[in-house]
Amino acid sequence: MYLDLCLVAILLTAVSGVPGLGFGRRSAVGQGIASLLLVAGALLGAATALVALTSGTIETSSFCGALPELALHLRLDPLAAFFLVPVYVLGAAGTLYGGRYWRQAEHPENGRKLRLCFGLLIASLAAVALAADGFAFLFAWEISALSAFFLMTTEDDQSEVQQAGWVYQVAMHAGTLALFALFGLLWAATGSLEFHPLPAGASRPGVTSVLFLLALLGFGLKAGIVPLHFWLPAAHASAPSHVSALLSGVVLKMGIYGLLRILTLLPTPPTAVGMGLLAVGAGSAVYGVLFALGQHDLKRLLAYHSVENIGIIVMGLGLALIGVSAKQPAWAALGLAGCLLHVWNHALFKALLFLAAGSVVHGAGTREIDRLGGLAKPMAHTASLFAIGAAAICGLPPLNGFVSELLIYLGLLRINGDGIRGAWSVAPLTIPLLAMAGALAIACFVKAFGSVFLGPHRSEQAARAHEAPSGMLLAMLALALGCIGIGALPVFVMPALDRVIETWVRLDSPPPPLAELVPWPPLMGINAVLVVGALGFALLVRSRSRRGTPAQTVTWDCGYARPGSSMAYTASSFAQILVGLYAWLLRPRSLGAVPSQLFPPAGSFHTRVPEQVVEGVLAPLWAGFRRTLIPLRAVQHGQIQQYLVYVLVTLCVLLASLHPLGDILLRMLGW
Amino acid sequence: MVKAFATLLIHFALLTAAPPLLLGVINKTKAWFAGRRGPPLLQAYYDLARLFRKEMVFSRTTTWVFRAGPVVGVSAALLAGLLVPFGAFDAPVAFTGDLVLFAYLMALGRFFTTAAALDTGSAFEGMGAAREVSFASLAEAALFMAFVVLVRFSGSLSLTPMFHAPMTAPLHGLPGAAVFLVAVALFVVLLAENARVPVDDPNTHLELTMIHEAMVLDHSGPLFGLILYGAAVKLFLLSALLLHLLLPFSLGAPLLDWLLFVAGLGAIAVGIGVVESIMARLRLRYVPSLLIASAILCVFGFFLTLA
Amino acid sequence: MLRLYSVNLVLVGVLLLNLFMLGTSRIRGLIQAAALQGVALAAILLLMADPIGWNTALLAIATVVLKSSVIPRMLRRALREAQIKREVEPLIGFAPTMLLGALGTLLSLAFASGLPLVPQHQELLIVPASFSTVVTGFLLLTTRIKAITQAIGYLVLENGIFIFGMLLVDAMPFLVEIGVLLDVFVGIFVVSIIIHHIQREFASLDTRHLASLKE
Repeated sequence: MYLDLCLVAILLTAVSGVPGLGFGRRSAVGQGIASLLLVAGALLGAATALVALTSGTIETSSFCGALPELALHLRLDPLAAFFLVPVYVLGAAGTLYGGRYWRQAEHPENGRKLRLCFGLLIASLAAVALAADGFAFLFAWEISALSAFFLMTTEDDQSEVQQAGWVYQVAMHAGTLALFALFGLLWAATGSLEFHPLPAGASRPGVTSVLFLLALLGFGLKAGIVPLHFWLPAAHASAPSHVSALLSGVVLKMGIYGLLRILTLLPTPPTAVGMGLLAVGAGSAVYGVLFALGQHDLKRLLAYHSVENIGIIVMGLGLALIGVSAKQPAWAALGLAGCLLHVWNHALFKALLFLAAGSVVHGAGTREIDRLGGLAKPMAHTASLFAIGAAAICGLPPLNGFVSELLIYLGLLRINGDGIRGAWSVAPLTIPLLAMAGALAIACFVKAFGSVFLGPHRSEQAARAHEAPSGMLLAMLALALGCIGIGALPVFVMPALDRVIETWVRLDSPPPPLAELVPWPPLMGINAVLVVGALGFALLVRSRSRRGTPAQTVTWDCGYARPGSSMAYTASSFAQILVGLYAWLLRPRSLGAVPSQLFPPAGSFHTRVPEQVVEGVLAPLWAGFRRTLIPLRAVQHGQIQQYLVYVLVTLCVLLASLHPLGDILLRMLGW
Repeated sequence: MVKAFATLLIHFALLTAAPPLLLGVINKTKAWFAGRRGPPLLQAYYDLARLFRKEMVFSRTTTWVFRAGPVVGVSAALLAGLLVPFGAFDAPVAFTGDLVLFAYLMALGRFFTTAAALDTGSAFEGMGAAREVSFASLAEAALFMAFVVLVRFSGSLSLTPMFHAPMTAPLHGLPGAAVFLVAVALFVVLLAENARVPVDDPNTHLELTMIHEAMVLDHSGPLFGLILYGAAVKLFLLSALLLHLLLPFSLGAPLLDWLLFVAGLGAIAVGIGVVESIMARLRLRYVPSLLIASAILCVFGFFLTLA
Repeated sequence: MLRLYSVNLVLVGVLLLNLFMLGTSRIRGLIQAAALQGVALAAILLLMADPIGWNTALLAIATVVLKSSVIPRMLRRALREAQIKREVEPLIGFAPTMLLGALGTLLSLAFASGLPLVPQHQELLIVPASFSTVVTGFLLLTTRIKAITQAIGYLVLENGIFIFGMLLVDAMPFLVEIGVLLDVFVGIFVVSIIIHHIQREFASLDTRHLASLKE
């Protein structure tokens, strides 16, 4: 029953954009219909998934195609339902936001295409989660990759958007190629495309490792695990903001879902696999946040933070695998719970942050942090919502980021403190890396929040900024309430996590429920006291300042009487210490000359931290490849006539191969 | 039952009332080293009282974040104090994983105080905030590495059993050396997080050399008082944690234990004062090396406990 | 017997038209020759079909209308709008082109004699004629410069394929033949639009200019 409802939801969201194609470019009716259909489908899907998740049902269904091997099998189990929830929640929020952000009247040329692809993307992501055989999985996967491509290149009149789109295409197709190899190998090993666990001992040694590496390559490219993340920053920065929210929030997570699903098919991994994933995750987290520090484009900064958070999710996954290898159900439960809850949490707060960034772009007209500033005065609601998102992504109590990071910390600390020795004993060395990533995230978000919303206006655009319309604010508020809810009352999420852990972690002793592993009551108590205490101190301060209005003046700044907006610390200066400390990794480039003459002309200075994998590895490789292929350019001369001669010659050769030439000659001579 | 209630009461009283006294001890020590009489021991209390009586002046550039900075900082610090065990006594609130909450409450305070510094739009405060968050990232890594060693040493994931373990567990041999290394690293973290020499000089009057002092230039009146008080509470808490590693024994009777605790804190304050008097502040570009070195010490300690 | 003989006659006429098209230097002549080939095709269709059903008659009428009237009219209009010199420019000269065309015809004769055909088709010149027309079409496409001549070359190519289809006039579904006609029509339609754009962009129909688009 739940599976049928899910299919109805998929259908509703898939066709939501289609009626809009019938209405003209100037009409807003299509947008209204699309929003209605999509929100209805999304709410239905989310509710169904939540109910199915907490009840722990497993349902399967199949549709027969023309060939028996290519039937479509679907399965709804707790893991799939878990990943369906953020897909639909973010889809609904994005549509609500897009209703005011990308109005048809303001964007007549690409509005309908955007909504069509938006609905298709949500439907295909849901189909990926429900797919239970390789063919259905790849079919839905490709549709989601293509619709994401069309969504992110909505503004393809800009060259940077085009370039981002091409890099995305290359990465996605490389990943899909790896997945084709993966499913092909799986078919050879198990005899069918359906997702059945590998029979033990049936395959040659090494096949499992190859399968895992292919899965890591294919799904890692989608999820954005370092160093396969190179397409992420440009792609998420160039897309419209509600699309970026969806891309960062759920499309990346489908890579994680794929990894989790493939791991259910493979036998128990050796410890090295879990340790490797843990190390890769920790490295990815620190790498992502360091690069985020160097960015001064608001959306690129947020995109690099997605790399960091995917690293944290992979750390949780690695921890869960260590727990499975070491036969410690508690470790596996904590790791998997941290991984999964961070999937939800990241979807919520990253989408909130991207929507707030879109609100900034809508209000002030630019993404460049160093041109903004002081937006908290005209855009007070956006500022508060961004602050909630920033505090959540840094993992600060009492919000939801802290809960998922706590789960991962607890798992790693238990490896440390439970006293069970093994190869995993060095795993706790990743704890300081996680802590450092968290502290660097605080640095980065203080920089972003402070430079965009606080301080003086740094440009005319910032001074003329206006608040976002209420539709956009409502979408952001819904996500912020989700963040606060999970942070304040994590016990309500625990049953859902327990269901997935029961089905995924298959050890001899069942994993204990999370309520036993994590002390929720004291934690929630401390959160409550924190909020109450802060409010109490705030009231105290207010009561002190009630006697008359407090005096207002310019910033004291140690007595400088004429502060100007150019004196405030910019985002780049704020990050300069850390960027300098890690310059060996970030390799920042600076352009611009120091004025040297007596009456120097106007100068400029510009720093950037380039995307290292693209510019340092892939671009030189590609340039070398092109150089070796230059001799072949002689064939491509542009003359149509010669191209047709190629066709004619090929035809003649083919005909001659059908009919031996010797016979022709003989006949001619004898004729 | 009565005992538990009395312990709770004394814990709370010390937490709220004692921190400014530490500042007084440090300043007296520094003055003694310099041959001066120095300010009275209770000077910090007089300062706080004076500040609370004063009026507040706000910059026109600031928003609600400016008011939130000191408020959240103090609340987070006081709440973290409930998780820290004082002396031989248990903390009022102790549960698995509270060490993570401790560190992240400090981080919460740091987030809001630095955001408040950026709120003023002043160059100096931005500079102080930038330095504070940059060095804090390394200090967090060192702090967590220290916690990891102690978790391994004690086999428990809560602050109270972790820091009480040196009292009961044998300290000879390699694990004991690990505890000593952790103590050194924790001392460095204490100096870094509380803006003491050699990381920052609390008495400098040159804005270009300040970290913490530069962040709070624009606060005035009760808000400034909250800032000073919150900083004192942070110093108090980290000193209390360090004390467990330096004086890992209990005297048996509760009253003697409390006196030992207070005396030990005073000794640590004197130690900080001595360090501040005999050392100059490090050049800012060497501070990361200092913090990384303390983290590496903890890694050594970790491998010692692995053995 | 008479039927077969007259079919062969018409096919010989088609072969002669091929040679003529390779040798002429006037575009109007080319278009008229192509139109005449269309009529010949319809004639072959009517002669080959036995008995002549209404669908065959319809097909023949459609062939005549399209290939001899509509398409030549489109080409003439494109020619008028392009305002170019009404001369064909060859890449390799008329004589070599005709020699190549003759060689192609000979080779197709030799090739066709080796194919396993049904007895009633073995005396017919259909296969050689069709291959020869295809080769002519290719030659027109590859050795002529102006875009319009290339369009005519395409038309001739399709004629050759149509002739080959005569072998199967009893067996092939009606739809396929109609499809072939539609294919030709659409192709020429698109090409005339393209000719207009080429003229606008490069101020000439010399397709060698298109090589500048290769970057």
